Amino acid sequence: MFPSRFDLVVAQTVAEAVEAKVDAGEGGRFLAGGQSLIPMMKMRVAFPETLIDINRIAGLDAIERVNGHLQVGALVRHADVVASDATFGAVAAAAPWVADPLVRNRGTMCGSVAHCDPEGDWNSVLLATGADVVAQGPGGERSIPIADFVDGAFTSTLGEDELVVGLRIPVPSGRSGGSYLKLERKIGDYATVAVASHLELDDSGAIAAAGLALTSVNPINTKVADAEALLVGQQPSDELFAEAAEVAAAAAEPRDDVRGTAAWKRQVVRTYTKRGLAAAAQQAEGS
Amino acid sequence: MVAPTTPAEIGGIGHSVQRKEDARLIEGQGNFLDDIDLPNTLHMAILRSPLAHARINGIDSEAATALDGVVAVVTGDLMDQHGLAWMPTLSGDTQAVLATDKVRYQGQEVAAVIATDPYIATDALELIEVDYEDLPPITTPQQSLEEGAALIRDEKEGQTDNLAYTWETGDKGATEEAFAQADRVVTLETHYPRSHPAPLETCGIVADVNSVTGQATIYMTSQAPHAHRTLFAMVAGLPEQNIRIVSPDIGGGFGNKVPIYPGYVVATAASLLIGQPVKWVESRTENLISTGFARDYYMKGELAVTDQGRILGLRVNMLSDQGAFYSDAQPTQFRAGLFHVVTGSYDFPAAHIDCKGAFTNKAPGGVAYRCSFRITEASYLIERLVQNAAYEVGIDPAEMRLRNFIQPEQFPYETATGFVYDSGDYPTALRQALDAAGYEELRAEQAAAREEGRLVGIGIAHFTEAVGAGPAHTYDIAGLKMIDSAELRVHPTGKAILKLGVKTQGQGHETTFAQIVAEETGIPATDIKVIHGDTDDTPYGLGTYASRSTPVGGAATAMVARKIADKARHIAAHLLEAAPEDIERTADKFHVAGSPDQAVSIQDAAFAAYTNLPEGMEYGLEDVTYYNPPNLTFPYGSYVVVVDVDPDTGVWKVRRMVALDDCGVRINPMIVEGQIHGGLTEGFAMSSMQWITFDDDGNCIGSNFMDYLIPTAWETPRFELLETVTPSPHHPIGAKGIGESATVGSPAAFVNAVVDALAHLGVRNIDMPVLPDRVWEAIDTATA
Repeated sequence: MFPSRFDLVVAQTVAEAVEAKVDAGEGGRFLAGGQSLIPMMKMRVAFPETLIDINRIAGLDAIERVNGHLQVGALVRHADVVASDATFGAVAAAAPWVADPLVRNRGTMCGSVAHCDPEGDWNSVLLATGADVVAQGPGGERSIPIADFVDGAFTSTLGEDELVVGLRIPVPSGRSGGSYLKLERKIGDYATVAVASHLELDDSGAIAAAGLALTSVNPINTKVADAEALLVGQQPSDELFAEAAEVAAAAAEPRDDVRGTAAWKRQVVRTYTKRGLAAAAQQAEGS
Repeated sequence: MVAPTTPAEIGGIGHSVQRKEDARLIEGQGNFLDDIDLPNTLHMAILRSPLAHARINGIDSEAATALDGVVAVVTGDLMDQHGLAWMPTLSGDTQAVLATDKVRYQGQEVAAVIATDPYIATDALELIEVDYEDLPPITTPQQSLEEGAALIRDEKEGQTDNLAYTWETGDKGATEEAFAQADRVVTLETHYPRSHPAPLETCGIVADVNSVTGQATIYMTSQAPHAHRTLFAMVAGLPEQNIRIVSPDIGGGFGNKVPIYPGYVVATAASLLIGQPVKWVESRTENLISTGFARDYYMKGELAVTDQGRILGLRVNMLSDQGAFYSDAQPTQFRAGLFHVVTGSYDFPAAHIDCKGAFTNKAPGGVAYRCSFRITEASYLIERLVQNAAYEVGIDPAEMRLRNFIQPEQFPYETATGFVYDSGDYPTALRQALDAAGYEELRAEQAAAREEGRLVGIGIAHFTEAVGAGPAHTYDIAGLKMIDSAELRVHPTGKAILKLGVKTQGQGHETTFAQIVAEETGIPATDIKVIHGDTDDTPYGLGTYASRSTPVGGAATAMVARKIADKARHIAAHLLEAAPEDIERTADKFHVAGSPDQAVSIQDAAFAAYTNLPEGMEYGLEDVTYYNPPNLTFPYGSYVVVVDVDPDTGVWKVRRMVALDDCGVRINPMIVEGQIHGGLTEGFAMSSMQWITFDDDGNCIGSNFMDYLIPTAWETPRFELLETVTPSPHHPIGAKGIGESATVGSPAAFVNAVVDALAHLGVRNIDMPVLPDRVWEAIDTATA
């Protein structure tokens, strides 16, 4: 497996990286962890003319809580997320399910988000928690709500000259819980089906805010807004979660493939939504 | 466990000696094919067909040839000019080396680029333009044999349909009679899906043909270097003394490195024509889509049984998917390998097997993925059938087996298909495995769980293998008898070199074969260097596959060591001034009978062999033995698997896996256990996740490790190993072979466990791989 010829630019600052991207144009690609890009290059399904390596840029490797948000820099590896004690709920639950230990050591959370693979885990977590993607281009920095960022399978609304520099995930102030239930064929596999759940409770124990998103069962990671609306204002119960699970199952439009039949995948969405919400509620009630 | 007879410092049979090869491999000092770097080496890349079935109207390689760094572009037409566009397969068919007329499967070799580096060679592939004309792809053997199906092998004289072979064995009349007497007939139709051995190291070659001397030194990932040398001589017409095959360290074979692949032929021809070494190492995708696959049998088995659970007869109808060329690596007389072993561990008088194979637009192969020629399929079928028969008759699956086992006193036992099993004690093995698993308690727990809506399954497989091919009267590959050899040279200081016809791919030959010599001569295993893989430096043999190294090569080693020990005994008699018949050997000494103090060591005798001989004896202490096994050996085992099934998703998890193996005498128990662990993991893989499948256009789904799944330590269950030891009566050291037992025996145990969890719902079959959607659908259908 031998990739095509390419030029390599090693950027020392975000400004340098953005400048290099402006120079390279469409043929330029940023390289962070490279866990998707390099295999694609080896298989010659990607053949960038210029690779812009951002790994030497200082200050992009922090994962920390700032002003009520969990901020994740562009060079934070999945393994850093696993190890971090700044995470919460669905973020903490999903991190150990991303890929395998080797990929987690190298691959970055921001890179995975920017890749917009509908079978990727993180965008469901960001949809459930209502996160923003922070991008920097020649004109400066901007925040993009994740729902606006994901445009389609492998496409985002990121500008051609913009680099994802970080993520901002709101940290709930009250009682909250989250979960990420993933069915995969083996460790390191993409999700066959996964469900991200996020619940916040008010003082009465009723659901004050809810997030629910699905991986691998639609052309893009899918926020199930109808189910979220159904949950808010209600007391958590198995019956309520079963109702939400039916809405989630209806929102999934999986396909028959080697991973399994569409009917079965919808059944897994139903089961994992029920179990995922129950786990999130249990965590919230104990918080 | 059987206690060793030698002290640890000798390290003979029964010692878990640390593997000699490990330090070298772990510290990065191995020498694999891709490590071989000869001066002036050129690199080859292969252009493969993107289509499953298409006519080639033309190939334009002008732009590729013009690319800087490209030395040559080889097409089928060029190979044809040298009579090498087609080559014989190991099953008597022919296979395209580079396509001249049609492509017959996705991934087939169409052209090759020879360039100064592998990047340029890969770049040049993109510049070759092939004019393809689509033909209808045939992706199943059922389609293939339909009236009016497109003829895949239109180049083959006399071939008017897509039938690859037919094969029949057993007694049809007697079987019909048995079925007429049966109280019931239990039927199972199942597909053993296509899988791939997927060794860690892919296949490769460095062909170095000297343009002046004609000497061809061929480094290749070969499980059978001697057989490959002879086949190269026969195919390419090169004089055999000028061919040297060197098989270096091999990163796993599992049958995948038995066949000769088109890339080897093209690289060798290119080196011959260009006069420089040519290297070709497959990518992972090339390995998965084009080299020897395994299995792909559609099987219908019927068991005639009485209401008391006695088996009266077995009938099997099979259809195999051969892909585009019939290139199974198997003995000549065996069209569906050693499928005869389908009668399993059971005593019944009648069986009949009817089998045919069909060409399809898929990769050829039919190698035995860690299996002795189709034994995995056979073992799977009978163990699934017997389990289902128990449900139908209404007796416990363990009891069903106990009622039908061949009894210890019946050995040697001739089966209804003509195999003569050498030895065994099946009831003891099964009872020990059941006791270890806590079988009675598990059945009680299962019943209670069902009351609560939980699903627990207990699967059993009691398999018998037929390995160590094989006796020369019956077994040959491409006319070459399946004997094997060992040569032992003892140097004056008592250190020795053992040269083998077989070749390790990771099985630990450098350790275990030294232990056999240590046992038989008293030379410490650490003083014995094992050489294998280089045909100029080792005696002839048919190679390592079908668990044949220990049964055949190991026997040759024991026999040659005995010859050496006997000569040493004569020398010892001379040194001790006694008659040879009065000399006895202990683990490390020769002494006069009744006088243990009057002794010399093997080292003393070795020195004397070169310095101080009895009158009339030839100098030196070396010999060679060729071993023609009198029979196959028949390892067996009892496996018990316990699973928990999630009724809402169909996901199943292995809770327990108890594996009792009887492979006769264990030379190195640690290595035996390692082999069993590896085999169980592969059996688990096939039953749970691993298959190569195709879409309707013939596109291979499973062309990389994202889609072709290899379980990691995370998924793999914990194994609990047990053993009994029933020596083979005809093998010099009583060993039977263990490399493949666990792959052969375990798939049925895993699948039986999942089916058992759902048996009360009436479920009798879920095809492999037992994916959760298939389980959920089986539950859903059964409870609808």
